[in-house]
Amino acid sequence: MKVKINGNEKVTCCKNLLQLKTMHCNSADNIVVILNGFQTSDNLQLKDGDEVVLIEKGKMPGRDELEAMISARHTPHVYGKVKQARVAVAGLGGLGSNIAVALARTGVGMLHLVDYDVVEPSNLNRQQYKTKHLGMLKTEALKMELEEINPFIIITIDTVKVTESNVKQLFAQDEIVCEAFDNPDAKALLVNNLLENPQKKIVASSGMAGYESSNIIKTKRLMKNLYLCGDGKTDARVGRGLMAPRVSICAGHQANMVLRLILGIEDV
Amino acid sequence: MVTVNGQMIDYADGLSLASYLVREGYILTGIAVEVNGEIVLKAKYDEKILSDGDVIEIVQFVGGG
Repeated sequence: MKVKINGNEKVTCCKNLLQLKTMHCNSADNIVVILNGFQTSDNLQLKDGDEVVLIEKGKMPGRDELEAMISARHTPHVYGKVKQARVAVAGLGGLGSNIAVALARTGVGMLHLVDYDVVEPSNLNRQQYKTKHLGMLKTEALKMELEEINPFIIITIDTVKVTESNVKQLFAQDEIVCEAFDNPDAKALLVNNLLENPQKKIVASSGMAGYESSNIIKTKRLMKNLYLCGDGKTDARVGRGLMAPRVSICAGHQANMVLRLILGIEDV
Repeated sequence: MVTVNGQMIDYADGLSLASYLVREGYILTGIAVEVNGEIVLKAKYDEKILSDGDVIEIVQFVGGG
């Protein structure tokens, strides 16, 4: 039968995972076995078309196997689709940096990152930057981080403020755009301009400040091509901050909606 | 009668979209508005007259990200 082992199609006479492990690994110990996205230590039967990833802990794999290993815990068939996808992230703060990390880990093949600002210390309470990035452009700092997380994706950056005059051109190539700005007027500017084009899908955000309940953050489809994540009301203001837990919950909502759209699911 | 964000609203027929939004206290810079499934450009808020049966979706963005 034919199975995929670490991304390569092979014909095998092995009937189960133990036989496969014994045949392909120097030692049966210290091996992580993942069958069709599920890590298991059981000796499960193999069937035609299965995808198996065998990882020796502590050993640096070759580049050809690394990609299959990174995506080994994906639900089968997801990786092939996300690899062909292109997504823009507008604003690389608490939402955008977290969305971009999630999409990079998911293996979205082309990420387009847009922000004009530099990393400063008050960003570190919720954004995916480190002290070593202070003073760097967010576009460049995040690109470096993402390339370390997943070297198999293509990242393009635009270090520019999004305005009425450049917004359509900036996102002309992007069918799916994450709105991840801080400022409500900037959010509205992006959404209003891009939604004129019926080909665009926007996953936007509103209301994730403070430490209100996690459970009021929702994903809603408010217009045909507008998805809105957040609680819709809890704004950042004097006396109410923005912190990692709720901001990353909202970013997770946005990233998962993007994944669903890539997979052809338009329901929330 | 028009429907705004899923609710039936009286006393909006014949108003311009701009007048309705101002009357309801929306901050015009931070919103997006769809009427009958189509986004309305901000420049058209004045000339868009609401009429019976219109389905309006208004998204008010709040700050934070």
